This record gives sequence, structure tokens and C-alpha cells, in this order.
Amino acid sequence: MDSATRQPFLGLDVERRYRLIYKPAVLIAGLVPLAWMVCGLFGWLGFSAGVDPVKFLELENGKTALDFLMLTLMVTPVRQFTGLTHLVRLRRMVGLFAFFYALLHFTVYAVLDLDLNWHMVGADIVKRPYITVGFTALMLLIPLAVTSTHRMMRRLGRRWGRLHRLVYVIAVLGVWHFYWQEKIDVRQPLLYASVLAILLGYRLARSAWLRRLSESLRGCRGGEAAGQSE
Amino acid sequence: MAFRAPRIAPSQITPPDTYLGRRAFLAGALGAGAGAAIGRAGAAVVAARAGTPLQYTDDAAESVDALVHAPDQNEKPNTWAQITGYNNYYEFGTGKSDPAQYAGSLQTRPWSVAVDGEAQITGSFPLEEFLKPYALEERIYRFRCVEAWSMVIPWVGFPLAQMLKRFKPTSRAKYVAFETLYRPGQMPGQRERILDWPYREGLRIDEAMNPLAFMVVGLYGRVLPNQSGAPLRLIVPWKYGFKGIKAIVRIVFTEAQPSTTWSEAAPDEYGFYANVNPNVPHPRWSQATERRIGNPFFHERQATLMFNGYADEVAYLYKGMNLHRYF
Repeated sequence: MDSATRQPFLGLDVERRYRLIYKPAVLIAGLVPLAWMVCGLFGWLGFSAGVDPVKFLELENGKTALDFLMLTLMVTPVRQFTGLTHLVRLRRMVGLFAFFYALLHFTVYAVLDLDLNWHMVGADIVKRPYITVGFTALMLLIPLAVTSTHRMMRRLGRRWGRLHRLVYVIAVLGVWHFYWQEKIDVRQPLLYASVLAILLGYRLARSAWLRRLSESLRGCRGGEAAGQSE
Repeated sequence: MAFRAPRIAPSQITPPDTYLGRRAFLAGALGAGAGAAIGRAGAAVVAARAGTPLQYTDDAAESVDALVHAPDQNEKPNTWAQITGYNNYYEFGTGKSDPAQYAGSLQTRPWSVAVDGEAQITGSFPLEEFLKPYALEERIYRFRCVEAWSMVIPWVGFPLAQMLKRFKPTSRAKYVAFETLYRPGQMPGQRERILDWPYREGLRIDEAMNPLAFMVVGLYGRVLPNQSGAPLRLIVPWKYGFKGIKAIVRIVFTEAQPSTTWSEAAPDEYGFYANVNPNVPHPRWSQATERRIGNPFFHERQATLMFNGYADEVAYLYKGMNLHRYF
């Protein structure tokens, strides 16, 4: 039990706090980009989608999907640094938002940009490597979204964790897709790539460190055992 | 710098709201392909700030120019807001609205254009002097960006060929190269090495002499705004938009093919020729279709035309060339 569980907040226990405050807050936050895009389209509240709204929607939905992917990958490091273990309860919704915006991104591309011309969509997916990469990322997100329920988690058991490691591949493909479509100014894609490199590098470094730690512990215990036998 | 107000009789100024009406009148009176001559370039363009109406004449007989290619009836020019609010002009940032936002800082007066290389007349010319000899005319051209979007734009300017002939290029002048201003203090995008500044472009001399190649000083009958390339830019309507170099300060006649910014930045993606060609895809995307800016949300993409629809006028330039190789 961590300290957050013990200290009552607004007289609510952890369960209620997540259900009544944190989760609704994340839900609203996750819909803010959508609301912003809708405002842009209709010119509400002074926002503007600019001269080419189709491109605007394509780009903003894509980037928002990447933002949420990065956020899901931040949950574990933040938990480990802060001890806020319950954060993981918010991760499913963040991940589902990544899927939601990725799906919107593809829908805008297929429906508004290519007028649902499936021949053209198919040709793009096959012939244009950056679209192949992006489409693969979207396809890989589907099983993760489908297996995100409690019931699927229970049913898959240990395999659930292994399956959901696909998110690392998806994030790499997503950032790659963003990088590859850029004409020349890759500063923004490189920013995402840097964040992703830190998030994945942290995991590699931590698991290497843990492995070494457990090896040296085993070494110590081995020494003790040897000492006892003498 | 004192700006002289252009001396134009009110009757000669076309208000923007009647502008489209006038286009319709001309098209009706003269058939498709009519354009309006807009008087002498000199004082009006030079002295005016961006957006000031250019001198216009109603003399239809004088304004007929068989080489003005008004697109089909259903291809309406894009609006001023679209044309000046959605620009690729990396000198002011790589976002489409960056130029509209930041180009105001550019001082386009005083301005001079240097002409050198394989020509009999060379030197540095103040803009006033540089523009003086040319009668302005309007050309409504399709504009096709290499990113697969397009517009229809009513430019005001004069044929590039007229300008080049004035400097008497020698027989060694096989190409003409152009250079954009390099002034990072006023062009914030140049502080980042996104491209190898200053921006450079070029044409084969016979391409440059084609009557469609156009030097632009105005838009919609008004002085060109900074984000569209003021005070002087190039438009080559059968080529991708990036060939249309903006804010020109130098013109060089060369014997060898000049280096151009995009073809150096990504040689396998952007060639020297950059002719609009639906059959030669960009390595990363198709060029077969385009999205016309300003079309309604669910409007279909349209087929991209060979040489952007100007094949009758320019195809001869590339006879026998492998356009997959010389893209």
C-alpha cells in the first residue's frame, strides 16, 4: 500500500477517486484535441483549420495519436519514479485515445483525402512505404484495443502482457511514418523520435540494470552459501 | 525610405469586389483566354506597398493575349485569402501559414536585381529601372504544388522571355539561374538550415523563353504581397510550384546547368526539370491526382494533367527526353 492509498482525499478512497475524478478528467482531456479540431473546422472560438482543412485534420489527428502513444509509454517510468502505482489505471483510456485518433487520421485520409477510392488507398498502402508503415501501425493497434478490456486481460493472463509489448513496435512505426512523410523539415518528427528513444532506452537500461543487480545478488548469496558450508 | 503613392486615376483602379465581375466580362467579350493588360509596370508596382491596386486598363482590344490560359470555365480562381494564406516559402518558416504570419517583416524597398553571366548587358538594377520597360498583363494559371495540391491564380506580370531578351544573352547562355534574397534578419526561416540558403532555381534557356514563363509582380490586380514572393517572382505554370522562385535578387545566364536548391536537398525526389507529370510519381507519393484548394469538403480529387494542362504549349521542349529520368 502506498501513501496515496492511505491518505483520504476529499474523503474518497482510491477506487472512487479514480472512478469519479481522475478517469473522467482523462476522458475530457482526451476529447480536447477533437473539440479543438471541430472548432477549427467551423471557425468557432477563433480557431481555424486554415485553407486546407483536409490536410489539417490529417496532420492533427496523426500527431494527436502519436501524443497519446507517447503518454501511454510514459506511465510506467512515471510510476517507477514517483511511486504512483495507481496511474496504470488510466493507461487503458490513454491507449484507447491513441487508437481513436489513429483511426480518425486514417478515416480522414481515406474518406476526405482519397474520396474513399479504395483502389488508390490500396495502391498507396502497397506502393508508398511511409503509408505501408503507418497502416501497419494502425493494424497492430487493433488487437491491443480489442484486448484492452478487463475480461480479455483475465482471459489472456500472462500472454496479455506479451501481446501488449506490441506497443513498442507500434510507436516506432508511428514515428517512422511521421518522419517519412515529411518533405524536408524533420524537426518535429525528430522530436517525437527523441522522446521515444528516451522512453524505450529507459526500459532497456532499467532491465539491464535489474538483471545485473539480480546476478550480483545471486553471486552474494552463492558466496554466503559457500561460507556456511565451511 | 519614402513611399510614393502610385498616381492612378480612381477610374483605373479595379476594386477587388468587382474584380471577378470584370474577369467574367472579359471572358464573355473575348472568349476564354482573354486577359487584361494592366499598364506599364514601372512606377505603380515599385512605389506601391503590397496589396495596393495595380494600374488597370479597360481597353479590351489592347488586353487580348492569346497566351493567357484561363483554365476551364469551372476552374474558378482561388480567393485572395487562400492564395496568400497557404504558402510554401521556407524563408519564413515551413508551416503553410508561417509566410502570411512572418513575411511582413521583409523590407522590399529599396530592392535591386543583379544580372550577370553570359549576357551582353549585365549589372545591378534598381527595381524601378528593372521593371520599367514591361507592360503588365494578367495570366490566370493553374498552380500545382509538388505536394499534390493545386490552385488557380490570377497573376500579374510580364513574360520572362521579354525580360531575358533585354539583357542580350550570348550564344553560350544555355541556362538561366535565379537566386532569392538572403537576409536572415528579416527572413526568420533562413536562420535554420532547412535548405541551403539562398534559394536557387533555374531553367533551360529555351524553357525560359517559352511564352508561358512569367515574371510576377502582382496578384488579383494588386501589388504582390510579401508571402507570395514580392517584389518579383517567377511562375512556370507547367512545372511544380517550387520552381517559381520568390523575392528574386539575382539572375545569371550560364553555360552549365545551374544547381537548384531542392534538387540538391533531395536529388532522388526533386529534379532540375520538375515538370508536372502524373505518370512520374514522387518517390514517396503519387502525382496522378491533386486536391484543389478551396473545394468543398467531400469534393473529389482531380486528375493531374500532363505539364499541368499546358502540354500543347510546352511539350515540344521535351521531345525525345526520358521524363522518368529527367524528372
